[in-house]
Amino acid sequence: MADERGREMAADISGTELVPTATSHGDGAPVGTAVVSRDIIENPGLPSHRQRVTDVDPKSERRASRIVTALFYLSVVGSIGAIVSYFAVPIVPDDPASVRLNTLFLGSFIALSLLTIGIGAVHWGKALMMDHEGVDVRHPIRGTAATRARAIEIFDQANKESGFGRRSLIRGSLIGALAIFPLPAIFFFRDLAPIGNNPAELLSHTMWKEGTRLTRDPTGIPIKASDVTIGSVFHVIPEGLEDAEDLLEQKAKAAVLLMRLKPEDLNPSPEKVGWAYDGIVAYSKICTHVGCPVALYEQQTHHLLCPCHQSQFDITQEAKVIFGPANRPLPQLPIAVDSEGYLVAQSDFHEPVGPSFWERRSDYDNA
Amino acid sequence: MSSAAQKKSRRRSTRTGRRHPLATVALIAIGLLFTGGAYALFNSTSSGTEAVAASQDQVDRGSKLFSANCATCHGMNLQGTSAGPSLLGVGAAAVDFQVGTGRMPLQNTGPQAPEKPAQFTTEDTAALAAYVASIAPGPGLPEAEYLDGGGDATHGAELFRINCAMCHNVAGAGGALTEGKYAPSLTGVSAKHIYEAMVTGPQNMPVFNDANLTPEDKRDIITSLKYLEDNPSPGGIELGNLGPVAEGLFLWIFGLGTIVALTVWLTARSN
Repeated sequence: MADERGREMAADISGTELVPTATSHGDGAPVGTAVVSRDIIENPGLPSHRQRVTDVDPKSERRASRIVTALFYLSVVGSIGAIVSYFAVPIVPDDPASVRLNTLFLGSFIALSLLTIGIGAVHWGKALMMDHEGVDVRHPIRGTAATRARAIEIFDQANKESGFGRRSLIRGSLIGALAIFPLPAIFFFRDLAPIGNNPAELLSHTMWKEGTRLTRDPTGIPIKASDVTIGSVFHVIPEGLEDAEDLLEQKAKAAVLLMRLKPEDLNPSPEKVGWAYDGIVAYSKICTHVGCPVALYEQQTHHLLCPCHQSQFDITQEAKVIFGPANRPLPQLPIAVDSEGYLVAQSDFHEPVGPSFWERRSDYDNA
Repeated sequence: MSSAAQKKSRRRSTRTGRRHPLATVALIAIGLLFTGGAYALFNSTSSGTEAVAASQDQVDRGSKLFSANCATCHGMNLQGTSAGPSLLGVGAAAVDFQVGTGRMPLQNTGPQAPEKPAQFTTEDTAALAAYVASIAPGPGLPEAEYLDGGGDATHGAELFRINCAMCHNVAGAGGALTEGKYAPSLTGVSAKHIYEAMVTGPQNMPVFNDANLTPEDKRDIITSLKYLEDNPSPGGIELGNLGPVAEGLFLWIFGLGTIVALTVWLTARSN
């Protein structure tokens, strides 16, 4: 049926005049074989062919051909321009401005040469090439009965000759071998995780321990309590971080922000009373939401802002979340002063820093 | 320049082993002329960067200016009122920053005092600074040697990324804080004001004292900011240096716009 209609349409189109065709539904069908609804949308056929300006007016045709030629020549100019500017505007070492100029000229000329080819080709196709409509009719996808029978025959023969259906022992072992084949990948990928360590364990601890000095990022110079004046902010790393083998992993967990407020501005809960020193407090810099560094400290409001998702922490209330998507306060690092006046950690953080993970216990906040 | 000339003439005289009786006098005269000239030139082009010892006249003048312009909010004795903080111990640096950048006197209350054209002349600003510094000691005006932008830009940029970039943006373009406050753009801010801001921590900016960032560190940071300002970005148009938001918006509008326009043209029939 579809085939027949296609042929009908093709016949219509081969002529220059297009007449809206009547549908092939209904009229030719034998009575009683199908119920065909009469109000189905009629095939409107193709719209009548419209001549372009370039078909009618020889002047505009010449103009269009001149434009296309000019575009292709412009492309030549672009290509040569790219070569010339490569040498004329070189990249001078230690001069960022030259990088910028070089990129600008190269890019502009290469874009000119490519774009004009494209635009010229399209304009040629649209304005000058023949534009009569033609129809290529699709042939049916289903093969003939003979082809289908022959295909089944080939399969049967292959099964018989190989013995795939008969030799069930071989077949079973092959399927088993294929099923086991991807298994090594699991071990390879598992081995990309930190070696010999439980990731959850690694996430739960940082480099800080009792007596670790607080040092300045990036120099590693220890900080005296007297250096930290009121309103100051220090970006802190643990002493010995630069010698750590996995420096970045350790820094990502151990980064700390040190602030000094007036001691009366701090409102520590009873179990955290001794964690600050004379108004100096240290909090993890890793946001408890998704781990961005929280370091936008406002020294008058004592708010810490995370730049990624606008979580706000109030330092006067033990870094309680006062706005944004973070769900837990920033973990506080208990600090003290050693005999030489340097700030040291009392212990590691009392809970894992940063965002939640599967194995994280939920009872740290109450502990 | 003067010292070079002195050295040169001295070397010549020692070589010949003879010296004109008036050579010393001439040398001193030339030296004085040069220093005086250089000082006058320096003073006229960038007056105020010199840390001049405050004279009593200056303090008296500052006192009058303070009573007339600042005391309403900051109190007659700098003790502060409900409308403004105490200025005891803020130092000359804080006054020079706040008044020199036009942030003070405050035009109207808001989340933050914005930068505006300076309301006082440089002499009046210096007098105010001298007066406030004379009441209680605090951070003084920065030494000119730390403001020359001749430090290590690479080290300065590293310190800037660690200590400043989270608020001021990695290229110093500024950024938003909470509740209408913001970290201002650092482009076009004078080296002196950048230095003073680090030392004093104006408004909600934290203090970066000399134990945290040494004067040399501050010089390096200023150098790196000046480098960014003086050198065009190798990556092309900066779009305000605001990063992925501005760049993404630009691409969405102009990049996708061009693609849409080309697609429409491609599929439209020729007339």
